[in-house]
Amino acid sequence: MNVDLILVLVVLTNLKLLASSRLGASIRVVAAQGVVLGLLPMLAHAHALGLRVVVLALGSIALKGGVFPWLLFRALREADVSREVEPYVGYLTSLMAGVLALAASFWIGARLPIPTLIASPLIVPIALFSILVGLLLIISRKRAVSQVLGFLVLENGVYTFGVGVMEETSFLVEAGVLLDVFVAVFVMGITIFHINREFDHIDTDRLSTLKD
Amino acid sequence: MIAALVLIPALAGLAAFFLRSTEWRRTLLVATAAAQAALTAACWWLRPQPVLHGWLALDAPGLLFLSITSALFLAAAIYAAGYLRCESGHRVTDEEEGFLFDNAPEATFVGCLMVFLSAMTLVTVSQHFGLLWIAIEATTLASAPLIYFHRHHRSLEATWKYLLICSVGIALALLANFFLGVSAAKPGGSAPALVLGELVQQAGRLQTTWLKAAFILFLVGYGTKMGLAPLHTWLPDAHSESPSVISALLSGALLNCAFLGIVRVQQVCVAAGQAAFGQDMLVGLGLISMAVAAVFILGQTDYKRLLAYSSVEHMGILALGVGLGGAGAFGAMLHAVNHSLTKAMLFFVAGNILALYQTKTIGQVRGVLRVTPVTGMLWLGGFLAITGTPPFGPFLSEFTILKAAFDQGHGWVGGLYLVLLALIFIGMATAFLGMAQGQPQKAPGVADRGDRWWETGPPAVLGALVLLLGLYIPQNLAFVLHEISRTLGGS
Repeated sequence: MNVDLILVLVVLTNLKLLASSRLGASIRVVAAQGVVLGLLPMLAHAHALGLRVVVLALGSIALKGGVFPWLLFRALREADVSREVEPYVGYLTSLMAGVLALAASFWIGARLPIPTLIASPLIVPIALFSILVGLLLIISRKRAVSQVLGFLVLENGVYTFGVGVMEETSFLVEAGVLLDVFVAVFVMGITIFHINREFDHIDTDRLSTLKD
Repeated sequence: MIAALVLIPALAGLAAFFLRSTEWRRTLLVATAAAQAALTAACWWLRPQPVLHGWLALDAPGLLFLSITSALFLAAAIYAAGYLRCESGHRVTDEEEGFLFDNAPEATFVGCLMVFLSAMTLVTVSQHFGLLWIAIEATTLASAPLIYFHRHHRSLEATWKYLLICSVGIALALLANFFLGVSAAKPGGSAPALVLGELVQQAGRLQTTWLKAAFILFLVGYGTKMGLAPLHTWLPDAHSESPSVISALLSGALLNCAFLGIVRVQQVCVAAGQAAFGQDMLVGLGLISMAVAAVFILGQTDYKRLLAYSSVEHMGILALGVGLGGAGAFGAMLHAVNHSLTKAMLFFVAGNILALYQTKTIGQVRGVLRVTPVTGMLWLGGFLAITGTPPFGPFLSEFTILKAAFDQGHGWVGGLYLVLLALIFIGMATAFLGMAQGQPQKAPGVADRGDRWWETGPPAVLGALVLLLGLYIPQNLAFVLHEISRTLGGS
């Protein structure tokens, strides 16, 4: 398994997310993407396979592949309504937008040359692509769970860039970032639980009382 | 000493989750706030040594924003202790729609409040950009449960918007951190340390393309959190639905923390000779924020939302001042102090009015001056201060920024700034004067209880400070403000 294969898998999972109509499937796809990306730090810098890298990679895999899907499935179970994604825009339109985003990412990536040596020239475009897909998922889906998934894809994109480009970041910072993301998803999970109870529903289009 | 500043509130916050006695928990809150404020005050005389290889250090901007945060938190802790005594132990009637709701458990509220303080302190002392990011994200997470203190659907909606919009913004700021790292990387060399001091020292060899891209992302990311229009959409909701104590802290302390993030990046840009690039964008966003705020302030019907939009306006003024650089940056830093004190005071008073009248609608509040003279006077004083009327502090800082705009030959920026300030003054005057004057239409239910000391004490002290800052700026403060404006392209 090399870096390019991982990046291709990331592109495929992103496109699958845009086309998927089932929430459960989407959660599993995001989990798979998280696990695959967890392997990236060990492969991107082959010489730097220290204890620090392995610990962080394992922590990231455990969170994204285990804890997050568990939290989100729990939130989903509490709301025993339909398991549809309920998009504002159709699946085909989403996919087309995804393809456009992919093209745009390669265009931007070509204009931002990395001064240092990196594992694969695909890293920058694919990281940008994940970020765009994450934003797209957040604005085009009604479900609170879908929006959290969008946030996770966005974060995966940022993570891809960070791991692929930065040779070494400090342990403290990486662990802190991981902790923040964990708490963010945890707090969002609790909020979704409260939204279920308050509205008997997890559609965020019900959240529309406050406006000017 | 720096470690103590961060750890004391964090540990006290954790302890608050487990304390069983409500009384002790409130005492702990006020004691922690007082200890933090005392330590911060000591830092003005004894600048603490950097720790963790210089990752945590207290420089001039950090000291200024830490002082604002600590002072406001002390006021808020005293107010909150009294507020919780009134709110706890029974179901509360919603003032807008009349249904009953529960409050969040008090242990969660007090615990999160102190963790929030710890996170904000960490923001002010972080010299490492990665650490700064972690701290700013932590402030979002610690404050989300605070906004959802009143457990009903409107505050839930506000919390969700706050969490999602700010998390996305901050995720973009993380990307900006990596961009900054790329711009600092030596070709084939070792990894760079994203410590402010080192970046400023080696600013000459930063890659400008990546630095500019990083600046844009930082501005979008931290700008979302700071409430710069058009990224401000979470702000009015969160401020109007959270308890007034929390609104005061969000507006007076949290927005400043995000602003500090932008100031740090601008420091690097200035050192790298790219000052003009960031300055244009800051001036633009600042004016847009003021314009958006003016539109929503004119004809606003909810007085807490009015104050929230006023925060958008003042964040715009801060961005504008830093964007002008030099004397403008000096004015912006002074304005950060003035705005925080004034806005926190106004939110406390707004909380008092809400408790008395049980409504947030401006049109239904009449005759505050007759019902409770002290609260009414504070409300009027706060109005004069926040709109930049002499002799209050904000007049001085807003005038400094105006003068900087004209002195630097940005005539149209200065003109537009004046017009927007005038519009906002009209909008605020209509709302505030109508509320203070007149005959109370319906007799407020609790009018006979009089003012409680914890309701009027903290805002009165803050108001007095604002007045004092308008008349006299202490030597120490002026020194720190000059030090900051030097790093932002001043002379």
